[in-house]
Amino acid sequence: MNLATINIAAILPSIILSIFGIVVMVAEPFVSASKKTALAWLALAGTIAAMFALIPMADNRGQWYSNLWIVDDYSVFLHFVFLLIAAITILTSADYLRRENMNHPEFYSLLLFATAGMLMMAGSNELMMVFLGLEILSISTYVMAGFRRTDLKSNESALKYFLLGSFSSAFFLYGVALIFGATGSTNLTVIAEALRSPGTSPGLVELAAALMLIALGFKVAVAPFHAWTPDVYEGAPTPVTGFMSVGPKAAGFAVLFRVFLTAFPSIQDRWASAIWVIAALTMVLGNVIAVVQPNIKRMLAYSSIAHAGYVAVALAAVSETGVSAALFYLLAYSLMNLGAFAIVTILGRRGDKFVHLSDYAGLASRRPVIAALLSVFLLSLAGVPGTAGFAGKFFIFRAALESRLIWLAVIGVATTVVSFYYYLYVIVQMYMREPEDEFADVTMPASVKLALVVSVAGTLYLGILPASVLEWTSSAALNALR
Amino acid sequence: MDLITSNILTIVAFTPAVGALLLLFYNREHVRSIRAFTLIITILAFVFSLHLVAHFDSTNPDFQFAIRVPWIPSLGIDYSMGVDGISLFLIVLTTLLTPLAALASWSIHDRLKEYFVFMLLLETGMIGVFAALDFFLFYVFWEVMLVPMYFLIGVWGGQRRIYAAIKFVLYTMIGSVLMLVAIIALYIMHGEATGTFTFSYIQIQSAIASGRMVLGPNIELWLFLAFFLAFAVKVPLFPFHTWLPDAHVEAPTAGSVLLAGVLLKMGTYGLVRFNLPLFPEMSHLFAPIISLLAIVGIIYGALVAMVQPDMKKLVAYSSVSHLGFIVLGIFSFTTQGMQGAIYQMLNHGVSTGALFLLVGVIYDRRHTRLIDDFGGLANRMPLYAAFFLIVTLSSIGLPGLNGFVGEFLILLGTFKASYMRAAIAAVGVILSAVYMLWMYQRVIWGEIRNEQNAGLLDLVGRERAMLIPLLILMLWMGMYSNHFLRPMDASVAKLVNQSQARRLEFAAGRDIAR
Repeated sequence: MNLATINIAAILPSIILSIFGIVVMVAEPFVSASKKTALAWLALAGTIAAMFALIPMADNRGQWYSNLWIVDDYSVFLHFVFLLIAAITILTSADYLRRENMNHPEFYSLLLFATAGMLMMAGSNELMMVFLGLEILSISTYVMAGFRRTDLKSNESALKYFLLGSFSSAFFLYGVALIFGATGSTNLTVIAEALRSPGTSPGLVELAAALMLIALGFKVAVAPFHAWTPDVYEGAPTPVTGFMSVGPKAAGFAVLFRVFLTAFPSIQDRWASAIWVIAALTMVLGNVIAVVQPNIKRMLAYSSIAHAGYVAVALAAVSETGVSAALFYLLAYSLMNLGAFAIVTILGRRGDKFVHLSDYAGLASRRPVIAALLSVFLLSLAGVPGTAGFAGKFFIFRAALESRLIWLAVIGVATTVVSFYYYLYVIVQMYMREPEDEFADVTMPASVKLALVVSVAGTLYLGILPASVLEWTSSAALNALR
Repeated sequence: MDLITSNILTIVAFTPAVGALLLLFYNREHVRSIRAFTLIITILAFVFSLHLVAHFDSTNPDFQFAIRVPWIPSLGIDYSMGVDGISLFLIVLTTLLTPLAALASWSIHDRLKEYFVFMLLLETGMIGVFAALDFFLFYVFWEVMLVPMYFLIGVWGGQRRIYAAIKFVLYTMIGSVLMLVAIIALYIMHGEATGTFTFSYIQIQSAIASGRMVLGPNIELWLFLAFFLAFAVKVPLFPFHTWLPDAHVEAPTAGSVLLAGVLLKMGTYGLVRFNLPLFPEMSHLFAPIISLLAIVGIIYGALVAMVQPDMKKLVAYSSVSHLGFIVLGIFSFTTQGMQGAIYQMLNHGVSTGALFLLVGVIYDRRHTRLIDDFGGLANRMPLYAAFFLIVTLSSIGLPGLNGFVGEFLILLGTFKASYMRAAIAAVGVILSAVYMLWMYQRVIWGEIRNEQNAGLLDLVGRERAMLIPLLILMLWMGMYSNHFLRPMDASVAKLVNQSQARRLEFAAGRDIAR
């Protein structure tokens, strides 16, 4: 490698995030306890600066650093999504950490590192890089899940996530090793070329692909690798749950699409049918089990499993429209789910006590704005037209039908009907039951307000005028299928 | 003027939505101004919709006042609307019933602002369904409309409102998601056959009619069924009707009026607009079965209505019966049957809307709807009794009132298609006279049996204002039916010709195959 290949602009967002993460960590001891929240704004400034860094990054398209790193519409779009997720998470956590007496700014460092890991996953063109990004993301998230150190459930959540997560990382690494053995490379482009030549043993490659599918399936929580999700989501601090339900999931899908479409097109008919089964199973299990959840965090956990199923449908379509729909859906899902979790956070109040569905009874007559916002997010998750969720599902089902996955589309729309039941049930609680609680101690700090404004505006914008974002995702999809 | 005419559909459809948006900024304590504002907005929408009637060209069978703006160009989705003789009066019916429903909502006090916001959004959704000429846009309106209705039933409804609201949404959803799959399938097949990917109704329909896009019989069967299920649930056709009594009984008066008056018509409108022109072969193939279901619905609805102790439930089941007539007329494939069906859609909206308003009037006073709780109301409420009589007679199809024209045309058309069907359906006409008059007799005539009814007030000015427009319409549509039938002529003739021509082709093709 010579110096000429070093291109700072191509990795500028990751660099900025890492620097800000380190600065927040180093500055922490020097900031008095009452001013710790200022470091949240510093972290927020980091994510926004990284967003601006996307502009020079986008001007440096191509492969860099000995083809380890790739800049194209696909990676830039995902960078944008991940940075948006990080920014909204910071906005919802700032007040939460203060409220829960755990205002340790390491939280923001961890969040920025986790996000940097996600950016690496989006931009890497090489399996070892993917693994590094995956580990940076995972290790930061394990700590964040256990951030309520004195809370047993939070401990359980972190430990469970750590044990199962390490297990799945091992699967991934084993898959990478096998691929290296079969093709002599970990570079996606080289792997694809090697697989096209007749010399490589298909059995070994299929085994490797299966191992990677399992590992990434665990990260994105698709059935049958989803069992960890409800407990981990329930126990983790609510803003972390919100982050985990969108960030690692979107990053996992980013890798899944990139690796399988770039490196494994030659065994496409084998893995596409596996994805078909996974998608169908995930949509059915996630939606059906969500119906009986009395705890809103668990309900949203199962709903997030179901949504992973819809994205998997787009992967099973193996087409440009499929990738485009999946990217659109990841952005839409991130906005609406983070919005919902922001509201669950403020309604949970001290100690995350109020997370039972019946705690939401009569919210609309006491706090009409909060109830209306949560309704928008839930209706979008359910997929009512005019919201991002509908546009996303529509694009996904279109891609599925284009690839003649008729039964998968039918299963998808049928399970959507099931999802209406549990999302509407929350609305029933809020609007149609008498209040038992005055909700007088529910506060809406300005930071959460901003997070909600961003997510509700995004949810409605993507729902009503999806054309421009869809153009972006289509050109990103072309890159992924090069 | 031209600017108005080319955008009139947008103006009509979105006036209520803009009103809903403005209403959000009202202080919730100002009850009177909220009511007045809603009323003004809905009347405004009605006045705008009259522009459609005034400038409608009766000789033109195609879509008028058309507007088409690209919405999601990469997918061929347009914001595209238009009106023909079939949808024209359905839109006006919607804009007419909404202000009347708003007037019937004076007894609502709890969260009044939200109530009217949902009602206005519902109106936009309903108009949009009738005006949309793009499959995507149609589906958006079709689904979006569920949300305000869900809230209207679930928040402001009766005892079992939550059950009824969820049942309403889930039933409709189950029907319509498969239609979404069918819509996307049509889009892809049209794109692959012609090279243009578009959700335009006109383009896809003409591609099918001209044979540029050929659906195999197998595919046509599935697509037909997917569309049919969505509309049959909405109509509701027997045996998909079980959500209707629940929704009607639990909904507030205004909700019932709009549900019966407009929402059910979306089902029959969908059959006319989509199933017949897009899948003519399957429509003919299934016509006997669908007609059978319609006839079962006519008789079953009437018999069940007869034994209902609750007036609202009685009217709800009578809707199942009346809507059966409409479906029967549609699947007679005759000009008369089709015209009668469309006429009857309007009639049912007017008469049943009025019936629900009348039930609402005494419910507001007595908080009961049980027939047994009343009796002898004519003594205390003479004007109410007179109005009720006219509406009852209109509902059972007395000559001179609107119901007669529609039923007569439907039976005439059905008779041409099949003697048997017409004969059995005619029994339904008799049964409807039985249950309606019997209810009227028990509620209005005789002595006052219940002390609590002794002090009842007759109709007040507001209640007269919401009923008189409908009474005038009943007479007008009964006496001068041509005023309403003529604008439909061209469009109905086009529809019938198309499906008949295709049928001949189909039959010829079968003969050759033999």
